[in-house]
Amino acid sequence: MAAEVYNKLTMLRWASPVMLLLLAIPVGIGLLMVLLPAFGFMPAIGGYEFTLAHWRDLFGVPGIVRSILLSLLAGIVTPAIALAVVFLFMASASATGLDRWVRRFVSPLLAIPHAAAAFGLVFMIAPAGLLARLISPDLTGWDRPADLLIVNDSYGLAMIAGLVIKEIPFLLLVAITVLPQLNPAQRVSMARSLGYGPSVAWLKMVAPGLYPLMRLPLVAVIAFASANVDVALILGPTLPPTLSVRLLGWFGDPDLSMRFMAAAAALLQLGVSLLAVVSWLLGEKMVSKFYRLWVRSGNRLGGDSAIFFLGRTLLPAALVVIGGSMLALFLSSFSLSWRFPHALPASWTVQHWVDAIPGMGTPVFNTLIIAAVSTTIALVLVVGSLEFEQRSDRKQSSAMWLLYLPLLMPQVVFLFGMVVFAEFFYWQPNLWLVIFGHLLFVVPYVFLVLSEAYRRLDPHWSQLAAALGASPSKTFWRIRIPLLLAPALSAMAMGIAISASIFLPTQLLGAGRIATVTTEAIALASGGSRSTIATWALLQSLLPMLGFLVALFVPKILWRNRIGMQEG
Amino acid sequence: MFRKTLKVFVSAVLCLFASSGLAVEEDSAEWLSIVKEAQHQTVYFNAWGGEIRTNRYLEWLAGEVESRFGIHLQHVKLADTAQAVSRILAEKQAGNLNNGSVDMLWANGENFAALKQNNLLYGPWAESLPNFLLLDADQYPEMREDFTVPVEGYASPWLRAQLVFYYDSEYTQQPPGSMRKLLAWVKANPGEFIYPKPPDFLGTTFLKQAVLELSDDRALLYQPVSASHFEQATATLWEFLDELHPWLLRRGRYFPVSGAQLRRLVLDREIALAFSFNPHEVALGIASGELPTSSRSYVLDGGTISNVSFVSIAFNSPNKAAATVVANFLLSPVAQLRAQDSAYLGSMTVLSLNKLNKADRQKFLALELGSAAPRVEQLNRKLQEPHPSWMAAIEQAWLQRYITN
Amino acid sequence: MGVREHILELQDVCITLNRQAIVEINRTIKAGEVLTVMGPSGSGKTSLLAYIAGFLGSAFQASGRIVIDGKDVSELPAEQRKAGLLFQDPMLFPHLSVGENLRFGIPQGDTNKQELVMCSLQEIGLAGYADRDPGTLSGGQAARVALMRLLLSRPRVVLLDEPFSKLDATLRSEIRLQVFERLRKAGLPTILVTHDAADAVAANGQVFQI
Repeated sequence: MAAEVYNKLTMLRWASPVMLLLLAIPVGIGLLMVLLPAFGFMPAIGGYEFTLAHWRDLFGVPGIVRSILLSLLAGIVTPAIALAVVFLFMASASATGLDRWVRRFVSPLLAIPHAAAAFGLVFMIAPAGLLARLISPDLTGWDRPADLLIVNDSYGLAMIAGLVIKEIPFLLLVAITVLPQLNPAQRVSMARSLGYGPSVAWLKMVAPGLYPLMRLPLVAVIAFASANVDVALILGPTLPPTLSVRLLGWFGDPDLSMRFMAAAAALLQLGVSLLAVVSWLLGEKMVSKFYRLWVRSGNRLGGDSAIFFLGRTLLPAALVVIGGSMLALFLSSFSLSWRFPHALPASWTVQHWVDAIPGMGTPVFNTLIIAAVSTTIALVLVVGSLEFEQRSDRKQSSAMWLLYLPLLMPQVVFLFGMVVFAEFFYWQPNLWLVIFGHLLFVVPYVFLVLSEAYRRLDPHWSQLAAALGASPSKTFWRIRIPLLLAPALSAMAMGIAISASIFLPTQLLGAGRIATVTTEAIALASGGSRSTIATWALLQSLLPMLGFLVALFVPKILWRNRIGMQEG
Repeated sequence: MFRKTLKVFVSAVLCLFASSGLAVEEDSAEWLSIVKEAQHQTVYFNAWGGEIRTNRYLEWLAGEVESRFGIHLQHVKLADTAQAVSRILAEKQAGNLNNGSVDMLWANGENFAALKQNNLLYGPWAESLPNFLLLDADQYPEMREDFTVPVEGYASPWLRAQLVFYYDSEYTQQPPGSMRKLLAWVKANPGEFIYPKPPDFLGTTFLKQAVLELSDDRALLYQPVSASHFEQATATLWEFLDELHPWLLRRGRYFPVSGAQLRRLVLDREIALAFSFNPHEVALGIASGELPTSSRSYVLDGGTISNVSFVSIAFNSPNKAAATVVANFLLSPVAQLRAQDSAYLGSMTVLSLNKLNKADRQKFLALELGSAAPRVEQLNRKLQEPHPSWMAAIEQAWLQRYITN
Repeated sequence: MGVREHILELQDVCITLNRQAIVEINRTIKAGEVLTVMGPSGSGKTSLLAYIAGFLGSAFQASGRIVIDGKDVSELPAEQRKAGLLFQDPMLFPHLSVGENLRFGIPQGDTNKQELVMCSLQEIGLAGYADRDPGTLSGGQAARVALMRLLLSRPRVVLLDEPFSKLDATLRSEIRLQVFERLRKAGLPTILVTHDAADAVAANGQVFQI
C-alpha cells in the first residue's frame, strides 16, 4: 500500500524534469547550432575556421544601431504601457459592472493572432484606413488619402501601439487569475475606511502585492515585444526595421554566406532581449522606490479622479480598437471593390470565403489535431509537476525559469538548429515533430496561466479529503480537478490559441508539409489581396476563439447550480 | 549522340501520351522507365503559396499527374522560397543525402544561384526532358540562363515573366514611358509613386530596370560586378534615386515590402503608378477586386526586364523520377495553355509557338488578353536580367545609402 | 456506527521549527474524551493537529509516536490514519451537492451509501436536502453537514481546529453541544484547538496549554 503511493509519487516526480528537459534540450541544441556559425563554423557552406569577421560585418551593417534601439525600445515601452493601463483599469473598475463585462470579453480577444490584429490595426488607422474614410471627404476634403506616415513610422510608435493592444488582454487575464489570493476587496475597504479614495486605495494596497505575481508574465511580454516579427513586419519602421525583422531576412537570404552574419545577429537579438529584461528589472527597483514613497506619503485622494478617468477609458479604448480592427477585417473579407474614400465597400462578394472553403479541410484538421495533442501533453506535464509540488510539499525549483527559455530566444534561431538536429537522426518531418515543436511554446503559457491558480488553491480542501479517507488520486480527480476546472480550461484555451497561431515551428519542423490554418494564412499574406488576408486572418482567430468560449461557458453551465463555484 | 537520345525520348513520349496533348511522337526506353519508376512516388513541390491562382493551378496539376502518371503531388506552400533553401541546407548539414524532404522547388535568380553554387541541386536533367524541344532553346537563350547564370540542365523552365507598369487611368492618362520621364512625372505628381524596398524581388527589379536604362555602358552589367565597374555603372542610378526619393509617397521615409502592397496602395488611391512582374496582373487584379477597374498596364518605351521561372530538384530528393516527370508535364502544351489562360493562372508560356503543332498553336493564339493588358508587340520589348552579382551589390549599396543609424 | 471504542496516544511528540521545539506533548486520550489545546496564535497548535493528521509542512521536524488503538500510525499517509478534521469553516466541497458531500467520506466497501446519506440527513434535521447546493445552506446547517460528513467517514480520532470561532454566539453554544455529544456517543477521542475558554469548559476534559 505504501509502496504504491510511493510509486505514484515517483511517476509524478518525473513530470517536471521531463518538462524542463523537453524544453531546454532542443533550445540548447538550437543555440549551439547558432553559436558555431556566429563564429564562422558551418562546414556545409564552407565555414571551417573560427573568426570574428561576421561580428564585424554585423556591426558594419547600415542602421544596425537604430535597429537594436528599436527592438530595445519596444521591449521596454510595450510592457510598461500595457501594465499601466491594466493597473489603472483594475484600480478604477474593480468589482463593477464594467469589470465583469470586460472580464467576459478579454479572453476571447487573446485568440486573435498578433499578425491578424496588426493587419486590422493598419486598416483602421492608416491614411486610407477606416477612420479616415469615415470622415472623408466630407470633413477633411480628402478625395485621395493624406500623405502621412502614420503606420511604419520611424520610431516604431505604431508597432508599439499594436503590441500594447495585444498584450493588454494577456496581462489582464494574468492579473485576474492571481488577484483573488490577495483579498483585494478586503484591502481596499480597509484603506477606504482610513479615508483613501477607492482607486488610490487599490493602487496603494493591492498593486504592490499584485506586481510580484505578474513579474514572470511580464518577462514573457518583454521577450516577445523585443523579438517579435509579425507585428514589426506589418506596423514597424522600414528604414531600418527592427533587429528581429532584419535577422529573419538574413536567415532567408539566398546568399548562403549571409547565414554566418544571421547567426551572429541571432545571438545579438538574444542579448538585446536579455538587456531589455535586465533594464526592466533595474527600472523596477527605481520605480518601486518612488512608488513606496508615494504609498507612504499618506496622500489619500490626490489623483483619484484622474486615475478613475484614465482607468475607465484607456483599457476599454484598447479593446474597442481591437474590436474595430476585427470589424475592418470582417468588412474587408466580404468586399469586392472598396476604394478610398468609401467607408463601406462599393460592392460585396462572398467569393473570398468561397475561395477559402474548399482548401480549408486539411489545414483546419491539422490545426485541431496539433493544438489538441500538444495542449493535452502540456497540460499533463504541467499539472503533473504542479501536483508533485503539492503532494511532496516542495517549493518551486528555480530551474523552472528554464521553461521560459523558448519564449526568450528568437524562434528562427533555435528552430533551425532543431531541424539540423532532427535530420541527424533521420527523423522525417512529420506531425509528431511539429507537435513537439509546438510544445516548446505551449508548455510555458499553460504553466503561466495555471500555476498560480494551482498553488493558491486552499490546501485545506485536500487535507479534508484525505482526512475523510480519500486516496491522493481520488482527491486529485474528485476535488482538485473540479475546483480548478475553470483555470485549467483557461490554460487549455491559451495553449490552443498559442498552438494555433505559431508559424515557424510548423513550417520548419514539418518541412512545410503539415499545412495549418496559420501556415496557409501566412503564405497567402505574402502575396494575397487585402480581402484574402482578412478572410484567413478571421479563420485563424476562429478556432482559438472557440477554445476560449468553451473555457468561459463550460464552467458556467456545469456549475450553474453551485453558488460556491461562481466567484470571479 | 545526345541529340539522338533526345529524339528517341521525344518519340517515345508522344507514342504513349498521344491522346493527352503532348507534342511528341515516339517513346524511348529510358523515359519510359523513368515514367514507370515515377508511378506511386510522392512529389513535394515547394513553391510560393502567396497567391490563390497559383495554388489553384498547382491543385489542378496534382490532379493531372495523379491520373496520368500515378504521381502524388503535394504543394508545399512557401511564404518565402528561402524556407526551402534553408531546409535543404539543414539536411545537407546533417548528412541527409538521400532522403530529403524537398523534391521539387520553384526557385529563381539568387535562390537558384545559391542552390547551384552550393551543390544543393540534382542534375543535369532538364535538357533531356522530352518537352524541352518545345522551348526552342537555341532560338531563345534565356531558356538556358537564369539571370545570366548558366542553368546547365539543373533547372527546367516553367513560366515567363516581364516587368510591366500600370496606372490608374482615372488619375492620369499619360504615364511615363521611361525612367527619366518617370522622374518628371513624379515631380508633377508628388507622392503618387513608390517602389518596394530591396531586397524585395520586385523592388530590386525596379532598381535593375533603372540601372539598365540609365547606365552609359549597359554591357558592364552583363558581366560579374567589380568595384571599379560598379562605381562607373551605377553613378547615374544614385543620382536618379537621390532626386526621386523626396517626391515619393511619404517622401521616401517609408517603403512597402512587396508587390501586393503596391496593389493595395493603388486601390487605396495612395499612388497612381505602380509595376508588376506579371503582364496579366492588371487584368487579374481587376477581376478579383484587388485593383480598380480603371487600371491599365504598359511596357516602357525602351523595353523592360524579362526572365524565365525555373523549377529544380533537390540533390537529396528520394523522388527524382517523379519530379522529372512533373517538370516535363509542366512543359506540355496542356499545362502551358492553362498557365497562360487568364481564367486560370494568367502567366506567360515558355513554349515557342513555332514548335507546336497547328492545333495547339491555334489554342494559344485564341486566348484573350483583355483591354487592361499590354499589347503583344509591347511585350516583345524585352531586356535581359543583369548578372546576379549586381543584384546583391546594388541592394547593399542601396541600404548603405538610404538607411542611417 | 461508532460502537467500537478508540484510543489515541501521543507518545513523546515533539515538533521543532528551525531547531526550536514549539510543541512537546505526551498524553493519552480515551474514547469519548476531549483534549483541549490552548495557546496564543503562532504557538504551534495547528502544527500539532497537522502532525497528527499527517500534513505537517516540510519546514517542520517532528519526533515521537502517534498511536491509535495501539497501532503506530506516525509513518502512514494521511488518508490511512482515519483522523477526521473540522475547520473554522464547514468547508463543504462547493462543486458537490449536500448528499454528495456526505457520500464522499463513506468508506468504499459500504453498500448502503444512499440509505446512510438519507438517514443522516434526517438525523440532523435536513431531510430532503440531498440535492441542494451547499452554497445555499445557512451557517448552522452547513456546520451540521460538515460534522455528519466527518462521522460518516468512520474516523478513529477527531481533530477540531477552532470549529466554532466563526459561528455567532447563540448558534455557537448550540452547535458546540451537538458536536461534543455526538463525538462522545461515537466513542471518539478528540483533540480541540481553540482560543475560547468557553470551548474548553464545554469540552469538559483535560486542557493542554502551549
